[in-house]
Amino acid sequence: MSQAELSLTDPLGRPRQSLLLSKRATRAKQVASLAGRSVLFLITSSSVLAVLFIFYYIAQDALPFFRLRGAGEFFTSSEWYPSAEPASFGSLSMFFGSGIVTLGASLVAVPLGVAAAVCLSDVLPFGVRQLAKPVIEMLAAIPSVAYGFFALVVFAPLLQERGGAMLEVAAYVIGGPLAFLAAVVLADLTSSRAPEKARWAGRIVAFLLFGGAMAFGLVALGGMLRGLPIDSGTNALNASIILGIMALPTVVSVSEDALQAAGRDLREGSYALGATRAETILRVVIPASASGICAAVILGVMRAVGETMVVWMASGNAAQIPSPWYDLTAPVRTLTATIAGDMGEADHVTGSARYHVLFAMALSLLAISFVLNLASEGATRRARRKLGH
Amino acid sequence: MRTLLAIAIGLGLLLSVPGAALADDVKIVMDGSTTVGPIAKAFAEYYMSRNKGVNITVSESGSGNGAKSLINGTCHIANMSRFMKEKEFTAAASKGVMPVAHVVAMDGIAIVVHPSNPVQGLSVEQVRNIYLGKITSWKDVGGPDRKIVVVSRDTNSGTYETFEGLVMAKQRIVSSAEYVTSNEAARKRVSSTPTAIAYAGLGFLRDVKALKINGVIPDRSTVASGRYPVARPLFMFTNGYPKLGSYTHALITLHLTKKGQEIVEAIGFVPVTSY
Repeated sequence: MSQAELSLTDPLGRPRQSLLLSKRATRAKQVASLAGRSVLFLITSSSVLAVLFIFYYIAQDALPFFRLRGAGEFFTSSEWYPSAEPASFGSLSMFFGSGIVTLGASLVAVPLGVAAAVCLSDVLPFGVRQLAKPVIEMLAAIPSVAYGFFALVVFAPLLQERGGAMLEVAAYVIGGPLAFLAAVVLADLTSSRAPEKARWAGRIVAFLLFGGAMAFGLVALGGMLRGLPIDSGTNALNASIILGIMALPTVVSVSEDALQAAGRDLREGSYALGATRAETILRVVIPASASGICAAVILGVMRAVGETMVVWMASGNAAQIPSPWYDLTAPVRTLTATIAGDMGEADHVTGSARYHVLFAMALSLLAISFVLNLASEGATRRARRKLGH
Repeated sequence: MRTLLAIAIGLGLLLSVPGAALADDVKIVMDGSTTVGPIAKAFAEYYMSRNKGVNITVSESGSGNGAKSLINGTCHIANMSRFMKEKEFTAAASKGVMPVAHVVAMDGIAIVVHPSNPVQGLSVEQVRNIYLGKITSWKDVGGPDRKIVVVSRDTNSGTYETFEGLVMAKQRIVSSAEYVTSNEAARKRVSSTPTAIAYAGLGFLRDVKALKINGVIPDRSTVASGRYPVARPLFMFTNGYPKLGSYTHALITLHLTKKGQEIVEAIGFVPVTSY
């Protein structure tokens, strides 16, 4: 048989066979087609069914808790003594712990991840991007228990011994460029009202003034951080940093895709209007892909909310709301870690509420990630509409 | 065809006879505490290597589940790091099960600190106050002016239950206490944190310092004699006393032999017989 006869289209590009079964097709063919389609449909819907089943069974085991103990204590008290007599199941500190760790993780992952994505898509040469992106995505392939082990064995002692100095360096590295930018912008703003002739001199004086103030503030902050005693290395800070690193590949990869999707024509249009590369990136490309970046951030946050192994090993698991609440160097406990840690011997005969409370937490987590998922879905849909796809 | 059939029947007989014997007489199921589990496993291993055809399975599902299995008749020996509760005894009696306790070893819980910590000993009262959050600085117990990092085992471990009973007198541990999931994790946290305090089994004292409690250092003799205050017996429960001379009887008395004592000691527990 020749090559031409094998191909599915005739030389004009029309299909040789009708893609749909004709009315004249045999009954056997019709049945086979129907069977094929229904098998595929079942396979597709099985994952949907799995989600529904999980929701149903978790809710089924969670509701008895609220029936036994009511919802008030669970959501408003931070007294977590599941094995005491009488037991108390206040989970507020766990909700808080999940929240603060996730917030910390997004503070690490979002600026770093979005900056890296912009770099990869618009700044670095193509060859470097081809090399760097798979390496960043490798971060996602490291098992979370390996991250947890690193957090517990390497990072926690390091934080205890040199935590203050590390925070000081981090403040300079992150705060330095930010302060410089802020000083430039503020100097521009204040000197713009000055008369034409004095504008440059005014700008320089203002920059020096603002810059000096910022540098002073930064040094003061650094000194404060250096003196900060970190008693225990397994704390919210440790978990936040490691979780942030774990969420990085998601944020980088998805927002880089969003930036790429903004398209070459948009960038070329901007250049054609005389914009510089910085202006193109900041004023055209990032706004155009803002929804996609938003979706990336939400996906990264979801990764941080649901992560268990790392927070279990790195966060210290103290069921408390630290005072003050923003004290990241205090140990906290998250919902996921509590479920994983207490599942082992949660006895469903003698300590009924103790068993069901874990499902109540699981249901809350499920609800949180459901909402986040909807939000990210909405953001991506908006992104598509905006770009006219 | 006939020869094939004969071979098949022969094979079937060969396979089925020892199988049937195993299923009824010499299969011993042990279930229960994760603390007693290592002892049970080591006993089972030693015993099976000496008695071919005896099959012992050991599960570690927790003391409570061990008791439940014994009550429901799904295991022969329940390994427990605590004594049976009244509720469990009642449930057992109502099902015709008569639990008999065998103390196979003693478990001393050491209160451990970092080797660089100058504090040498505490009283049970002081340990309790540290875990209650009433004492927050090492200064108050004769150490440096550093905040105490309180580390506890998670609330569903047997070690936690024992500590809660022996030291805390059922009072609630301070909420700023950190929780770790194993003796080994507790040891590791303390060995890397100069201001931490934790508790762990006697087998987990590498790179940490065990404190004297009420002036008594935790070691084999003080735990076995009961002078060290934070110690507990480890139990195996059977349904009635096993028939003398049976495999279960031999297994449950293994800890009284020299080999059994060596096994107990090798795992880091204290033999009940002081030889």
